[in-house]
Amino acid sequence: MAGLTLASRSAERRTYSPLRETWRRYRRHKLAVVSAVLLLVLVAAVVLGPFLWRVGINEIDFTARLEGPSLAHPLGTDDLGQDILARMISGGRISLAVGLAAMVVSVLVGTLIGALAGMSRGALGHFLMWLTDLFLALPQLPLLLLLIYLFRDELKAAFGPEGGIFILIVVVIGGLRWMPVARLVRAQFLSLREKEFVEAARALGASRARQVIRHILPNALGPVIIAGTIDVAAAIIAESTLSFLGLGFPPDTPTWGRLLFDAKDYLDIAAHWALFPGAAIFIAVVAVNFIGDGLRDALDARRVI
Amino acid sequence: MSQYILRRLLIAIPSLLGISLILFIVLALAPGDPFSELATNPNVPPEVREALRAKFGLDDPIYLRYVHWLVAMVHGDWGFSFVSRMNVDTLILQRLSTTLYVIGSAQLLALMIAIPVGVYAATRPYSIFDQVANTLAFIGFSLPTFFTGILFILIFSVKLDWLPFVYSTDIKATGIHWIGEQIRQTIMPVMVLGLFQAASMTRFVRSAMLDVIRLDYVTTARAKGIGQRRVIIKHVMRNAMIPVVTLIALQVPAVFGGAIVTEQIFRIPGIGSLLISSILANDTPVVMAVTFVFACLVVLFNLIADVLYGWLDPRISLR
Repeated sequence: MAGLTLASRSAERRTYSPLRETWRRYRRHKLAVVSAVLLLVLVAAVVLGPFLWRVGINEIDFTARLEGPSLAHPLGTDDLGQDILARMISGGRISLAVGLAAMVVSVLVGTLIGALAGMSRGALGHFLMWLTDLFLALPQLPLLLLLIYLFRDELKAAFGPEGGIFILIVVVIGGLRWMPVARLVRAQFLSLREKEFVEAARALGASRARQVIRHILPNALGPVIIAGTIDVAAAIIAESTLSFLGLGFPPDTPTWGRLLFDAKDYLDIAAHWALFPGAAIFIAVVAVNFIGDGLRDALDARRVI
Repeated sequence: MSQYILRRLLIAIPSLLGISLILFIVLALAPGDPFSELATNPNVPPEVREALRAKFGLDDPIYLRYVHWLVAMVHGDWGFSFVSRMNVDTLILQRLSTTLYVIGSAQLLALMIAIPVGVYAATRPYSIFDQVANTLAFIGFSLPTFFTGILFILIFSVKLDWLPFVYSTDIKATGIHWIGEQIRQTIMPVMVLGLFQAASMTRFVRSAMLDVIRLDYVTTARAKGIGQRRVIIKHVMRNAMIPVVTLIALQVPAVFGGAIVTEQIFRIPGIGSLLISSILANDTPVVMAVTFVFACLVVLFNLIADVLYGWLDPRISLR
């Protein structure tokens, strides 16, 4: 009898809400916690920055060209004497917004296709997986460049130079990155739809839509969240790459990649101009990737930590 | 085995057709006339423009246009570049070798880093070495190639003045000096591309090794008294490298993306920089052809990986 109480006491673990349990597991990954703080600081800086640092991004000052960091210009100036800190704050908003928006697109498309492929037992599933493999074999960057080359003028005319490019870049980056999400969702669906709790729901007369939305999808979300996090990093890199190649946002929209593109011809005299935006991209990407790694530990319920 | 290769080839053809269809749809959906550039170009007489329109069948129904376009591509009739004033296929062939040379060297460098580091990390999981390697790999694939390229130029060209940062095709030297210069100017691009690849490959190798190292046959080998070195190299690595082949093939599209950026930074005259300059110059035939070549290369490398996979693991080809 005594042994039994002992066993039941050790087996009895304090139960937390799912969110708190996730946080408890996430906290163990020190680098992920540091990254989350870093990313929050970065987001706060670009969101609140313009209210605190009231220098216009297009204020030209030819007496202060290509100056290094100083009190007047904490991150120095570019070849027109424009303040790099102000430009980085304004550009960071766009870079981060593109990352988030493209992630939303890729997760929505990927979840939809993965769910359809996972639920269908016929030709549709096969076709969708063939399509997924096909998209995985597409050379992403060349295609991205091709699409932007072909469509930028029309969208610019329709939504203005910034809005048009923003929509185009988000849709194209998101539209070329849904495949890993689709595969993950399909794999999850294939195993979840045979589980007893789904069968129970089916036996109780739940419609297909209810089975999916209420029972299967919530259980498949873990890997999707992780893949979505990594997609944010990939989208930030993709946008910066486009801007760095001179094919992203217009010159008066100083995204981080665009700043690097403008700075690359002045490396010998104004290295700071390239280093600060480059470091910002790197910090954002590495932080997002580490957060994804931390979430992987935190959301995998089978993993004991 | 030959049956397996044939089957893989037959699978590769629909995906090539699919890719070509996607490319064609993109071009067909694009607003505006792809030849509008010619209309405003005073160097192109109107009858040439009309002939081109007829040749490309711009007024035909869309499926006919696709078939014509595909037949022309297969025949090697890739159009004419009005910017470079030569046939697109000669233009691409001139530059393809440079791209393949840089990408090949970078992949070799990546393998030379990733395999030893990944294997060593997997033999001592969660050791200091493993953790440092893992963190470095994480940082490595979070560093975009355009930023590492700029950092390398800043350090090795601007500050230390060791390496040239512009790739030149006509080096003013002969014999051994030519080879020396050629190597000197490829160091930075290959390092940028190779280190980026090595970062993700190290993680593949490590996890593949960890999957195999726990299997029973490895324990058996150890129980028979075979030394650690021999167990790792002869028994674990041989099987662990099989999935790595596929994972590397899946990375090929990303490699081409990195190559485009690297070629642009170091001004390497490969097809990646050709793509960028053609886009900036509105040279549609070249843009389409280069994208298509990249797509073909991806399918080709996937095919090679599939065949290798079947050769390395005969169970696959028997299925």
